[in-house]
Amino acid sequence: MTSPILSIENLTIGLPAGGDRANAVEDVSLAVRPGEILCVVGESGSGKSMTASAVMGLLPKGLPVRSGRIMFEGNDLLTLPAETFRALRGARLGMVFQEPMTALNPLMRVGDQIGEAFRVHGEKGDIRSKVLALLEDVRLPDPPSIIGAYPFRLSGGQRQRVMIAMALALGPSVLIADEPTTALDVTTQMQILRLIRGLQERRGTGVLFITHDFGVVAEIADQVAVMQHGRVVEHGEAAQVLNAPQHPYTRALTAAVPHGRARPAETHAPEPVLALSGVEKSFRRGGGLFRRGSPVQAVADASFTLVKGETLGLVGESGSGKSTLARCVVRLAQPEKGEILFHGTDLLPLGRAAMQPYRARIQMVFQDPYASLNPRRRVGDIIAEGPVTHGVPRDKALARALELLALVQLDAGAMERFPHEFSGGQRQRIGIARAIALEPELLIADEPVSALDVSVQAQILDLLDGIRKRLGLTMLFITHDLRVAAQVCDRIAVMQRGRIVEIGPTAKVFGAPEHPYTRELLDAIPGKAWTPPLEAA
Amino acid sequence: MSFWRRFARNLGAMVGLAILALVALMAVLAPVLFPFSPWEMRGIPFMPPGEAGFLLGSDSLGRDVAAGIAHGALVSFLVGGVSTVAALLLGVTLGALAGYAGGWVDDAIMRFTEFFQTIPSFVLAVVLVAIFTPSIASIVVSIAIVSWPPVTRVVRAEFLSLRSREFVQAAEVLGRGRIAIMVTEILPNALSPIIVLASLMVATAILLESSLSFLGLGDPNLMSWGFMIGSGRSVIRIAWWMSVFPGIAIFLTVLALNLVGEGLNDALNPRLARRRGIVVT
Repeated sequence: MTSPILSIENLTIGLPAGGDRANAVEDVSLAVRPGEILCVVGESGSGKSMTASAVMGLLPKGLPVRSGRIMFEGNDLLTLPAETFRALRGARLGMVFQEPMTALNPLMRVGDQIGEAFRVHGEKGDIRSKVLALLEDVRLPDPPSIIGAYPFRLSGGQRQRVMIAMALALGPSVLIADEPTTALDVTTQMQILRLIRGLQERRGTGVLFITHDFGVVAEIADQVAVMQHGRVVEHGEAAQVLNAPQHPYTRALTAAVPHGRARPAETHAPEPVLALSGVEKSFRRGGGLFRRGSPVQAVADASFTLVKGETLGLVGESGSGKSTLARCVVRLAQPEKGEILFHGTDLLPLGRAAMQPYRARIQMVFQDPYASLNPRRRVGDIIAEGPVTHGVPRDKALARALELLALVQLDAGAMERFPHEFSGGQRQRIGIARAIALEPELLIADEPVSALDVSVQAQILDLLDGIRKRLGLTMLFITHDLRVAAQVCDRIAVMQRGRIVEIGPTAKVFGAPEHPYTRELLDAIPGKAWTPPLEAA
Repeated sequence: MSFWRRFARNLGAMVGLAILALVALMAVLAPVLFPFSPWEMRGIPFMPPGEAGFLLGSDSLGRDVAAGIAHGALVSFLVGGVSTVAALLLGVTLGALAGYAGGWVDDAIMRFTEFFQTIPSFVLAVVLVAIFTPSIASIVVSIAIVSWPPVTRVVRAEFLSLRSREFVQAAEVLGRGRIAIMVTEILPNALSPIIVLASLMVATAILLESSLSFLGLGDPNLMSWGFMIGSGRSVIRIAWWMSVFPGIAIFLTVLALNLVGEGLNDALNPRLARRRGIVVT
């Protein structure tokens, strides 16, 4: 085993007084060896990003390093003078950030931005050809034209490639990647992961890779460190940690990863609840007072039928129109064409008043639990709001809200509190309680778990499934995560660029996909070769 | 509670609040401290401060400057408060409609707003007061008319961004009515900038009223700080106290309102105010 190039030894970073714990990172020791990828996994708030920031000297002011060393090429980075550190940063240590959309300067051409890395560190000579070679290396199409492009012309995946090119420009010996694929679609994520893996193998770079996704870990990690509450709770070879986790927290985390096995098929009476045919919706982009913008087709010719008690999964990447389609059903968006039949009644021509009775029967759970609850209202009022609107007396609605809180496993004390006092998972429970307060027949869940940590995700999925069975709900479940879709859906519809390209029973779509795009999506599930071990306990 | 603590941490805001409290106390106690009309001649004209029983001196007709300032405080607060409330009523309603409805309603309301914004506000106020003859009511109305457009713009921007939030969409899906959504879902979340803006508008209104009375367009029956400066202007070389003390009163009140506004802004938008930048992931 080679000696590490980057080693973090007993690092402790304090939090200001009044935080939820004394230290953001406590007694963390990690080592990155050349040619190796060390994945640091953990849920939000586990201190994993803080560790990466400490290595790059990007710790926010007011967070003191209480003890420990970060040794890199014979120097302790924590005591290095700013000037010396600056020379190392960028040249010997590269960093890729999470959000590719904001990590590039929008006013600088891509070529100049990458070239800057050379110029800052005093490189002379033919910078342009070096930049071209780099762009070639990160497999961006047509480097000579990309070099003169502004960042807004590039997609998220392309920008992330530019970021990687910048980080690798001077051949650093360590690359630090802080959730570099979290903001990307699955197929792009897979490309970026393969790119990082390939470059790292070729150049022998050590990589410190921060992620929350066990699939990603299974895909690229050599070594894994699991963090919880600022401490490393488990550390070891990837195969060891993934397949035979020792620490209870790691076991709980891996068990919570959606296993992606299709659930046993249920039979449903062929009684259609919702039938869409030929729904089309387009948006206009740009335009102004005198000129109409160019239309963008968000949903094209969407047709499907949902029968009573069934769960249909709508999967696709961002921009595929899956959310827009769901919003058309609840009339948050107005389609131009088509029919949306709910128990045989076309909802499309209905006005606001005529739609009112149907509102109670079709409800929706939203994606972002932090944005979907009114911060100025009490939880009890939020849940009771729907029934009150539909004519239930207020005290009765509040009593019902109390029952619903119990159903979503929150205690009664929640009634009088405000949403900000709850965690993301608890808020999502409140959102679910609000949706089912009206006793709907059809529940539309728009990415209900994608903003949540993996262990919370599993709880919410269980809860939704329990409620669905208990109330006999029909569900339209929108997700970008195919593992989740497989777990909760009877049938799956795959959307690409506004079209439903494949629809069928879950087992068939996963087992024998017909459309090339479905195959591509399935192929891009990170760590699909790895099956999370079932929890022994 | 935490709002009050955040506000109290701001020293400037607390000083502002203290000054405002003093001015308000002065306005309330004016009939007790000076139980006579501020227009009444009380002694020899042009008495410097501290002489012949005049705390802040007397003016060219022997009127008490201190009494004028105390009685004028009420006028300033009255004009500032009432015109701000009126401007808020108009501005919030129009802004909420424009931001929530969008489309041609938004276009129509915003063009109407811009029409008012293109006219210099002070000139418009002067014209309105001159047409409607100077009285406290016409002054309040004209100040309200020139100060609602910024409110509309701010409220519209808030409504535009809040309208697409998920909790508002959730309310739509629940089937709530438009007015209920605007009043109970969006408005409470748009209050912080409105409160901040309102505190600064009171200050602007006081300044506008003073400017109008300085030009002789004040209510002839009410003593006002602007009028006092205006009447002392021609004799400033022999009786500086006639314009300086009302000037200080205006300065302190407006400064205090601005400090309070700043403090409110920081307390209501803690994320903007916190410059320590603590990020925990």
